[in-house]
Amino acid sequence: MTNPDQRILHSLERDPSRFLDVWLGEQAASGTMRRDLISEAELRTQSQAFLSALIAALRSGVPFEGGSNHPAWSGVRAQLEDLSRQRAQRGFSFSEVATFVFSFKQPLFSALRESTDGGTELAEASWEANVLLDRLGLYTIEVYQRSRENIIERQRQEMLELSTPVVKVWDGVVALPLIGTLDSERTQIVMETLLQRIVETGSTIAIIDITGVPTVDTLVAQHLLRTVAAAQLMGADCIISGIRPQIAQTIVHLGIDLSGVTTKANLADAIQIAMERTGMRVERQAPGRTP
Amino acid sequence: MTATPDTLPIHSEDDVVRVRHAVRRAAVELGFSLVDQTKLVTAASELARNTLIHGGGGEARVERLDTPRRGLRLVFEDRGPGIPDVERAFQDGFTTGGGLGLGLGGSRRLVNDFSVESTPGVLTRVTATKWK
Ligand SMILES: Nc1ncnc2c1ncn2[C@@H]1O[C@H](COP(=O)(O)OP(=O)(O)OP(=O)(O)O)[C@@H](O)[C@H]1O
Ligand SMILES: [Mg+2]
Repeated sequence: MTNPDQRILHSLERDPSRFLDVWLGEQAASGTMRRDLISEAELRTQSQAFLSALIAALRSGVPFEGGSNHPAWSGVRAQLEDLSRQRAQRGFSFSEVATFVFSFKQPLFSALRESTDGGTELAEASWEANVLLDRLGLYTIEVYQRSRENIIERQRQEMLELSTPVVKVWDGVVALPLIGTLDSERTQIVMETLLQRIVETGSTIAIIDITGVPTVDTLVAQHLLRTVAAAQLMGADCIISGIRPQIAQTIVHLGIDLSGVTTKANLADAIQIAMERTGMRVERQAPGRTP
Repeated sequence: MTATPDTLPIHSEDDVVRVRHAVRRAAVELGFSLVDQTKLVTAASELARNTLIHGGGGEARVERLDTPRRGLRLVFEDRGPGIPDVERAFQDGFTTGGGLGLGLGGSRRLVNDFSVESTPGVLTRVTATKWK
Protein backbone atom coordinates (compact mmCIF):
# COMPACT_ATOMS: atom_id res chain seq x y z
CA MET A 1 0.00 0.00 0.00
CA THR A 2 1.86 3.10 -1.20
CA ASN A 3 -0.81 5.78 -1.40
CA PRO A 4 -0.61 7.61 1.97
CA ASP A 5 -4.18 8.02 3.23
CA GLN A 6 -4.98 4.53 1.95
CA ARG A 7 -3.74 3.07 5.22
CA ILE A 8 -6.36 5.15 7.02
CA LEU A 9 -8.99 3.98 4.55
CA HIS A 10 -7.96 0.39 5.00
CA SER A 11 -8.19 0.54 8.78
CA LEU A 12 -11.66 2.11 8.61
CA GLU A 13 -12.99 -0.30 6.03
CA ARG A 14 -12.12 -3.36 8.04
CA ASP A 15 -15.08 -3.02 10.37
CA PRO A 16 -16.91 0.31 10.01
CA SER A 17 -19.75 -0.55 12.37
CA ARG A 18 -17.43 -1.56 15.20
CA PHE A 19 -15.38 1.57 14.54
CA LEU A 20 -18.55 3.66 14.78
CA ASP A 21 -19.37 2.19 18.18
CA VAL A 22 -15.90 2.87 19.54
CA TRP A 23 -16.00 6.42 18.24
CA LEU A 24 -19.46 7.07 19.72
CA GLY A 25 -18.15 5.73 23.02
CA GLU A 26 -15.23 8.13 22.79
CA GLN A 27 -17.54 11.08 22.11
CA ALA A 28 -19.83 10.12 24.98
CA ALA A 29 -16.87 9.91 27.37
CA SER A 30 -15.28 13.16 26.26
CA GLY A 31 -16.80 15.38 28.94
CA THR A 32 -17.78 17.93 26.31
CA MET A 33 -20.72 15.80 25.20
CA ARG A 34 -23.95 17.79 25.40
CA ARG A 35 -26.68 15.24 25.99
CA ASP A 36 -28.98 18.12 26.81
CA LEU A 37 -28.56 19.55 23.32
CA ILE A 38 -28.33 16.45 21.14
CA SER A 39 -29.87 13.01 21.39
CA GLU A 40 -27.88 9.81 21.18
CA ALA A 41 -29.81 8.70 18.10
CA GLU A 42 -29.08 11.96 16.34
CA LEU A 43 -25.41 11.77 17.20
CA ARG A 44 -25.28 8.22 15.87
CA THR A 45 -26.88 9.26 12.59
CA GLN A 46 -24.46 12.16 12.20
CA SER A 47 -21.44 10.07 13.06
CA GLN A 48 -22.55 7.30 10.71
CA ALA A 49 -23.04 9.75 7.86
CA PHE A 50 -19.65 11.35 8.46
CA LEU A 51 -17.88 8.00 8.58
CA SER A 52 -19.47 6.88 5.29
CA ALA A 53 -18.60 10.20 3.64
CA LEU A 54 -15.02 9.97 4.90
CA ILE A 55 -14.58 6.45 3.59
CA ALA A 56 -15.97 7.49 0.21
CA ALA A 57 -13.63 10.50 0.07
CA LEU A 58 -10.58 8.42 1.02
CA ARG A 59 -11.42 5.93 -1.72
CA SER A 60 -10.94 8.71 -4.29
CA GLY A 61 -7.26 8.96 -3.31
CA VAL A 62 -7.45 12.78 -3.35
CA PRO A 63 -5.85 14.38 -0.27
CA PHE A 64 -7.94 16.76 1.83
CA GLU A 65 -6.85 20.39 1.82
CA GLY A 66 -8.73 22.78 4.07
CA GLY A 67 -9.26 25.48 1.47
CA SER A 68 -9.86 23.32 -1.59
CA ASN A 69 -13.28 22.52 -2.97
CA HIS A 70 -12.37 19.19 -4.55
CA PRO A 71 -15.62 17.32 -5.31
CA ALA A 72 -14.17 14.12 -3.84
CA TRP A 73 -14.46 15.73 -0.39
CA SER A 74 -17.75 17.53 -0.91
CA GLY A 75 -19.64 14.87 1.06
CA VAL A 76 -17.36 15.25 4.07
CA ARG A 77 -17.47 19.01 3.87
CA ALA A 78 -21.26 18.99 3.67
CA GLN A 79 -21.47 16.75 6.74
CA LEU A 80 -19.17 18.98 8.75
CA GLU A 81 -20.94 22.12 7.59
CA ASP A 82 -24.37 20.82 8.57
CA LEU A 83 -23.03 19.70 11.90
CA SER A 84 -21.25 22.97 12.68
CA ARG A 85 -24.18 25.09 11.62
CA GLN A 86 -26.63 23.02 13.62
CA ARG A 87 -24.41 23.06 16.70
CA ALA A 88 -23.80 26.80 16.41
CA GLN A 89 -27.56 27.33 16.35
CA ARG A 90 -28.10 25.10 19.35
CA GLY A 91 -25.49 26.94 21.35
CA PHE A 92 -22.63 24.42 21.44
CA SER A 93 -19.26 25.90 22.42
CA PHE A 94 -16.09 25.74 20.32
CA SER A 95 -14.67 22.70 22.08
CA GLU A 96 -17.98 20.90 22.10
CA VAL A 97 -18.05 21.19 18.32
CA ALA A 98 -14.41 20.30 17.81
CA THR A 99 -14.81 17.17 19.92
CA PHE A 100 -16.73 15.57 17.09
CA VAL A 101 -13.62 15.44 14.92
CA PHE A 102 -10.93 15.19 17.56
CA SER A 103 -12.58 12.27 19.33
CA PHE A 104 -12.05 10.42 16.05
CA LYS A 105 -8.30 10.26 16.71
CA GLN A 106 -8.15 7.68 19.46
CA PRO A 107 -10.29 5.07 17.70
CA LEU A 108 -8.44 5.69 14.44
CA PHE A 109 -5.05 5.19 16.05
CA SER A 110 -6.27 1.93 17.56
CA ALA A 111 -7.61 0.79 14.23
CA LEU A 112 -4.31 1.68 12.55
CA ARG A 113 -2.41 -0.28 15.14
CA GLU A 114 -4.51 -3.31 14.29
CA SER A 115 -4.30 -2.91 10.53
CA THR A 116 -0.56 -2.18 10.19
CA ASP A 117 2.53 -4.16 11.16
CA GLY A 118 3.52 -1.52 13.68
CA GLY A 119 6.92 0.15 13.48
CA THR A 120 7.61 2.68 10.75
CA GLU A 121 4.40 1.96 8.91
CA LEU A 122 2.31 2.67 12.00
CA ALA A 123 4.29 5.82 12.75
CA GLU A 124 3.77 7.12 9.23
CA ALA A 125 0.10 6.22 9.18
CA SER A 126 -0.45 7.88 12.56
CA TRP A 127 1.19 11.03 11.33
CA GLU A 128 -1.05 11.08 8.27
CA ALA A 129 -4.08 10.50 10.43
CA ASN A 130 -3.04 13.38 12.65
CA VAL A 131 -2.62 15.76 9.74
CA LEU A 132 -5.93 14.76 8.20
CA LEU A 133 -7.92 15.07 11.41
CA ASP A 134 -6.35 18.38 12.34
CA ARG A 135 -7.37 19.76 8.97
CA LEU A 136 -10.88 18.43 9.30
CA GLY A 137 -11.03 19.83 12.83
CA LEU A 138 -9.92 23.27 11.71
CA TYR A 139 -12.39 23.21 8.88
CA THR A 140 -15.17 22.40 11.35
CA ILE A 141 -14.16 25.25 13.65
CA GLU A 142 -14.03 27.64 10.72
CA VAL A 143 -17.54 26.77 9.59
CA TYR A 144 -18.76 26.95 13.17
CA GLN A 145 -17.21 30.39 13.59
CA ARG A 146 -18.77 31.61 10.35
CA SER A 147 -22.18 30.27 11.39
CA ARG A 148 -21.88 32.05 14.71
CA GLU A 149 -21.03 35.30 12.98
CA ASN A 150 -23.96 34.87 10.63
CA ILE A 151 -26.29 34.33 13.56
CA ILE A 152 -25.02 37.42 15.36
CA GLU A 153 -25.19 39.49 12.20
CA ARG A 154 -28.73 38.34 11.51
CA GLN A 155 -29.85 39.15 15.05
CA ARG A 156 -28.23 42.55 14.80
CA GLN A 157 -30.01 43.24 11.52
CA GLU A 158 -33.29 42.12 13.03
CA MET A 159 -32.75 44.46 15.95
CA LEU A 160 -31.95 47.32 13.63
CA GLU A 161 -35.13 46.72 11.68
CA LEU A 162 -37.19 46.18 14.80
CA SER A 163 -36.03 49.48 16.13
CA THR A 164 -37.24 51.44 13.10
CA PRO A 165 -40.98 50.94 12.83
CA VAL A 166 -42.66 53.27 10.36
CA VAL A 167 -46.31 53.65 11.29
CA LYS A 168 -49.10 54.95 9.15
CA VAL A 169 -50.80 57.66 11.15
CA TRP A 170 -53.45 58.65 8.67
CA ASP A 171 -53.99 58.51 4.94
CA GLY A 172 -50.95 60.13 3.44
CA VAL A 173 -49.10 60.52 6.74
CA VAL A 174 -46.44 58.20 8.12
CA ALA A 175 -44.48 58.58 11.36
CA LEU A 176 -41.13 57.22 12.39
CA PRO A 177 -40.36 57.32 16.12
CA LEU A 178 -36.60 57.08 16.47
CA ILE A 179 -35.18 55.60 19.64
CA GLY A 180 -31.52 55.41 20.52
CA THR A 181 -28.33 56.42 18.79
CA LEU A 182 -28.48 57.27 15.12
CA ASP A 183 -25.22 56.01 13.66
CA SER A 184 -24.41 55.75 9.98
CA GLU A 185 -25.58 52.18 9.58
CA ARG A 186 -28.83 52.73 11.40
CA THR A 187 -29.49 55.87 9.36
CA GLN A 188 -29.15 53.84 6.21
CA ILE A 189 -31.82 51.41 7.38
CA VAL A 190 -34.04 54.16 8.74
CA MET A 191 -33.85 55.95 5.42
CA GLU A 192 -34.59 52.84 3.38
CA THR A 193 -37.50 51.79 5.59
CA LEU A 194 -38.97 55.26 5.57
CA LEU A 195 -38.69 55.74 1.82
CA GLN A 196 -40.20 52.34 1.19
CA ARG A 197 -43.17 53.05 3.46
CA ILE A 198 -43.66 56.44 1.86
CA VAL A 199 -44.00 54.75 -1.51
CA GLU A 200 -46.18 51.88 -0.20
CA THR A 201 -48.62 54.18 1.54
CA GLY A 202 -48.45 56.97 -1.02
CA SER A 203 -47.73 59.39 1.78
CA THR A 204 -47.02 63.07 1.26
CA ILE A 205 -45.97 63.77 4.83
CA ALA A 206 -43.45 61.94 6.99
CA ILE A 207 -43.01 62.74 10.67
CA ILE A 208 -39.66 61.86 12.20
CA ASP A 209 -39.92 61.90 15.97
CA ILE A 210 -36.62 62.23 17.83
CA THR A 211 -37.94 62.22 21.40
CA GLY A 212 -36.01 59.00 21.98
CA VAL A 213 -32.69 60.16 20.51
CA PRO A 214 -30.46 61.06 23.46
CA THR A 215 -27.87 63.19 21.68
CA VAL A 216 -28.23 65.26 18.54
CA ASP A 217 -24.74 66.17 17.38
CA THR A 218 -23.55 67.25 13.95
CA LEU A 219 -23.42 63.68 12.66
CA VAL A 220 -26.96 62.86 13.76
CA ALA A 221 -28.10 66.20 12.32
CA GLN A 222 -26.43 65.42 9.04
CA HIS A 223 -28.11 62.02 8.95
CA LEU A 224 -31.49 63.59 9.71
CA LEU A 225 -31.05 66.22 7.02
CA ARG A 226 -30.12 63.56 4.47
CA THR A 227 -33.18 61.53 5.35
CA VAL A 228 -35.34 64.62 4.98
CA ALA A 229 -33.79 65.39 1.59
CA ALA A 230 -34.34 61.83 0.37
CA ALA A 231 -37.98 61.87 1.49
CA GLN A 232 -38.47 65.15 -0.32
CA LEU A 233 -37.18 63.56 -3.50
CA MET A 234 -39.88 60.91 -3.09
CA GLY A 235 -42.45 63.67 -2.88
CA ALA A 236 -42.97 63.68 0.88
CA ASP A 237 -42.43 66.62 3.21
CA CYS A 238 -40.85 65.90 6.55
CA ILE A 239 -41.69 67.20 9.98
CA ILE A 240 -39.17 66.63 12.75
CA SER A 241 -40.87 66.39 16.11
CA GLY A 242 -39.80 65.66 19.66
CA ILE A 243 -37.19 68.39 19.85
CA ARG A 244 -36.79 68.78 23.60
CA PRO A 245 -35.72 72.19 24.95
CA GLN A 246 -32.19 71.08 25.83
CA ILE A 247 -31.77 69.59 22.35
CA ALA A 248 -33.06 72.79 20.75
CA GLN A 249 -30.43 74.80 22.64
CA THR A 250 -27.63 72.46 21.68
CA ILE A 251 -28.64 72.51 18.04
CA VAL A 252 -28.55 76.30 18.05
CA HIS A 253 -25.13 76.44 19.72
CA LEU A 254 -23.73 73.94 17.28
CA GLY A 255 -24.99 76.13 14.46
CA ILE A 256 -27.02 73.43 12.76
CA ASP A 257 -29.45 74.92 10.28
CA LEU A 258 -32.85 73.28 10.45
CA SER A 259 -34.62 76.27 8.90
CA GLY A 260 -35.56 74.28 5.81
CA VAL A 261 -37.43 71.70 7.87
CA THR A 262 -40.68 72.00 9.81
CA THR A 263 -39.96 71.21 13.46
CA LYS A 264 -42.32 70.67 16.35
CA ALA A 265 -41.81 70.15 20.05
CA ASN A 266 -43.97 67.04 20.23
CA LEU A 267 -45.55 64.38 18.12
CA ALA A 268 -49.12 65.59 18.74
CA ASP A 269 -48.34 69.00 17.26
CA ALA A 270 -46.67 67.36 14.30
CA ILE A 271 -49.70 65.17 13.66
CA GLN A 272 -51.99 68.17 13.84
CA ILE A 273 -49.90 70.05 11.26
CA ALA A 274 -49.85 66.97 9.07
CA MET A 275 -53.64 66.63 9.22
CA GLU A 276 -54.12 70.27 8.36
CA ARG A 277 -51.80 70.02 5.42
CA THR A 278 -53.63 67.00 4.08
CA GLY A 279 -56.92 68.88 4.37
CA MET A 280 -58.19 67.35 7.60
CA ARG A 281 -59.43 69.12 10.67
CA VAL A 282 -59.67 67.73 14.15
CA GLU A 283 -62.16 69.39 16.42
CA ARG A 284 -63.71 68.68 19.75
CA GLN A 285 -67.39 67.91 19.65
CA ALA A 286 -69.54 70.54 21.29
CA PRO A 287 -70.75 69.32 24.68
CA GLY A 288 -74.21 67.80 24.75
CA ARG A 289 -74.24 66.95 21.05
CA THR A 290 -74.25 63.30 20.21
CA PRO A 291 -73.77 62.03 16.69
CA MET B 1 -8.18 69.00 44.56
CA THR B 2 -9.05 67.01 41.50
CA ALA B 3 -10.25 63.44 41.60
CA THR B 4 -8.41 60.96 39.39
CA PRO B 5 -9.75 61.24 35.85
CA ASP B 6 -11.37 58.49 33.82
CA THR B 7 -9.28 57.68 30.78
CA LEU B 8 -11.11 56.15 27.86
CA PRO B 9 -9.71 54.87 24.56
CA ILE B 10 -11.23 56.11 21.30
CA HIS B 11 -10.76 53.65 18.49
CA SER B 12 -14.29 52.96 17.23
CA GLU B 13 -17.80 54.38 17.07
CA ASP B 14 -18.62 52.23 20.10
CA ASP B 15 -15.88 53.99 22.02
CA VAL B 16 -17.48 57.33 21.11
CA VAL B 17 -20.72 56.06 22.63
CA ARG B 18 -18.83 55.02 25.77
CA VAL B 19 -17.26 58.47 26.06
CA ARG B 20 -20.71 60.03 25.82
CA HIS B 21 -21.97 57.77 28.60
CA ALA B 22 -18.99 58.52 30.85
CA VAL B 23 -19.47 62.25 30.36
CA ARG B 24 -23.19 62.01 30.99
CA ARG B 25 -22.52 60.11 34.23
CA ALA B 26 -19.92 62.60 35.45
CA ALA B 27 -22.16 65.57 34.58
CA VAL B 28 -25.06 64.07 36.49
CA GLU B 29 -22.84 63.33 39.50
CA LEU B 30 -21.60 66.91 39.56
CA GLY B 31 -25.17 68.15 39.54
CA PHE B 32 -25.17 69.90 36.17
CA SER B 33 -28.59 70.97 34.89
CA LEU B 34 -30.22 68.95 32.13
CA VAL B 35 -29.34 71.60 29.56
CA ASP B 36 -25.70 71.66 30.65
CA GLN B 37 -25.53 67.86 30.71
CA THR B 38 -26.79 67.82 27.15
CA LYS B 39 -24.28 70.46 26.09
CA LEU B 40 -21.39 68.55 27.66
CA VAL B 41 -22.43 65.23 26.16
CA THR B 42 -22.87 66.79 22.73
CA ALA B 43 -19.46 68.50 22.88
CA ALA B 44 -17.92 65.21 24.01
CA SER B 45 -19.56 63.44 21.10
CA GLU B 46 -18.16 65.95 18.60
CA LEU B 47 -14.65 65.96 20.00
CA ALA B 48 -14.46 62.20 20.45
CA ARG B 49 -15.56 61.72 16.87
CA ASN B 50 -12.97 64.22 15.65
CA THR B 51 -10.32 62.26 17.57
CA LEU B 52 -11.54 59.09 15.88
CA ILE B 53 -12.11 60.37 12.33
CA HIS B 54 -9.51 63.10 11.89
CA GLY B 55 -6.97 62.04 14.52
CA GLY B 56 -7.09 58.34 13.65
CA GLY B 57 -7.94 57.40 17.24
CA GLY B 58 -6.67 58.46 20.63
CA GLU B 59 -8.07 58.87 24.12
CA ALA B 60 -10.35 60.97 26.26
CA ARG B 61 -9.96 62.03 29.88
CA VAL B 62 -12.94 63.05 31.96
CA GLU B 63 -11.78 65.18 34.90
CA ARG B 64 -13.98 66.34 37.74
CA LEU B 65 -12.78 69.70 39.03
CA ASP B 66 -13.17 71.23 42.48
CA THR B 67 -10.98 74.33 42.18
CA PRO B 68 -11.33 77.18 41.53
CA ARG B 69 -14.92 76.00 41.09
CA ARG B 70 -16.73 72.78 40.51
CA GLY B 71 -16.67 71.77 36.91
CA LEU B 72 -16.01 69.11 34.33
CA ARG B 73 -13.01 69.09 32.02
CA LEU B 74 -12.79 66.91 28.93
CA VAL B 75 -9.41 66.32 27.33
CA PHE B 76 -9.03 64.62 23.97
CA GLU B 77 -5.63 63.57 22.68
CA ASP B 78 -4.44 61.94 19.51
CA ARG B 79 -1.18 61.52 17.64
CA GLY B 80 -2.67 61.82 14.19
CA PRO B 81 -1.89 64.35 11.43
CA GLY B 82 -2.80 67.34 13.61
CA ILE B 83 -4.55 70.61 12.79
CA PRO B 84 -2.20 72.89 10.87
CA ASP B 85 -4.52 75.93 10.91
CA VAL B 86 -6.57 75.95 14.09
CA GLU B 87 -8.38 79.22 13.37
CA ARG B 88 -9.59 77.82 10.09
CA ALA B 89 -10.70 74.57 11.72
CA PHE B 90 -12.90 76.63 14.06
CA GLN B 91 -14.74 78.28 11.18
CA ASP B 92 -18.28 77.05 10.77
CA GLY B 93 -18.56 75.02 7.63
CA PHE B 94 -14.86 74.23 7.34
CA THR B 95 -14.35 70.52 6.93
CA THR B 96 -11.75 68.25 5.40
CA GLY B 97 -13.91 65.19 5.90
CA GLY B 98 -17.31 65.77 4.33
CA GLY B 99 -18.96 66.68 7.63
CA LEU B 100 -20.97 69.80 8.33
CA GLY B 101 -17.80 71.45 9.65
CA LEU B 102 -19.59 72.56 12.81
CA GLY B 103 -18.19 70.22 15.45
CA LEU B 104 -15.15 72.11 16.65
CA GLY B 105 -16.61 75.63 16.60
CA GLY B 106 -19.91 74.31 17.96
CA SER B 107 -18.24 72.54 20.87
CA ARG B 108 -16.45 75.75 21.79
CA ARG B 109 -19.84 77.46 22.03
CA LEU B 110 -21.23 74.66 24.21
CA VAL B 111 -18.66 75.00 27.01
CA ASN B 112 -16.95 77.80 28.99
CA ASP B 113 -13.25 77.24 28.32
CA PHE B 114 -11.87 75.70 25.20
CA SER B 115 -8.39 75.23 23.84
CA VAL B 116 -6.72 73.42 20.98
CA GLU B 117 -3.01 72.65 21.01
CA SER B 118 -1.75 70.87 17.96
CA THR B 119 1.74 70.02 16.82
CA PRO B 120 1.07 68.24 13.54
CA GLY B 121 2.38 64.70 13.61
CA VAL B 122 3.22 64.89 17.30
CA LEU B 123 0.22 65.59 19.52
CA THR B 124 -3.20 67.16 19.21
CA ARG B 125 -4.94 68.03 22.46
CA VAL B 126 -8.40 69.55 22.66
CA THR B 127 -9.55 70.66 26.11
CA ALA B 128 -13.11 71.68 26.94
CA THR B 129 -14.23 72.79 30.40
CA LYS B 130 -17.65 73.64 31.73
CA TRP B 131 -18.08 75.23 35.17
CA LYS B 132 -21.06 74.76 37.39
N1 LIG C 1 -8.25 65.73 16.18
C1 LIG C 1 -8.09 66.29 14.96
N2 LIG C 1 -7.02 65.96 14.19
C2 LIG C 1 -6.87 66.50 12.96
N3 LIG C 1 -7.74 67.35 12.40
C3 LIG C 1 -8.82 67.73 13.09
C4 LIG C 1 -9.07 67.20 14.40
N4 LIG C 1 -10.22 67.75 14.85
C5 LIG C 1 -10.67 68.56 13.87
N5 LIG C 1 -9.83 68.56 12.81
C6 LIG C 1 -9.97 69.34 11.56
O1 LIG C 1 -10.87 70.39 11.77
C7 LIG C 1 -11.91 70.34 10.82
C8 LIG C 1 -13.18 70.89 11.41
O2 LIG C 1 -13.63 70.05 12.46
P1 LIG C 1 -15.18 70.04 12.81
O3 LIG C 1 -15.40 69.07 13.91
O4 LIG C 1 -15.61 71.43 13.04
O5 LIG C 1 -15.86 69.54 11.45
P2 LIG C 1 -15.96 68.08 10.86
O6 LIG C 1 -15.51 67.07 11.86
O7 LIG C 1 -15.26 68.05 9.56
O8 LIG C 1 -17.51 67.92 10.60
P3 LIG C 1 -18.65 67.81 11.73
O9 LIG C 1 -19.51 69.01 11.57
O10 LIG C 1 -19.40 66.56 11.43
O11 LIG C 1 -17.98 67.76 13.05
C9 LIG C 1 -12.00 68.89 10.40
O12 LIG C 1 -12.58 68.71 9.14
C10 LIG C 1 -10.52 68.51 10.42
O13 LIG C 1 -9.86 68.92 9.26
MG1 LIG D 1 -16.24 67.03 13.79
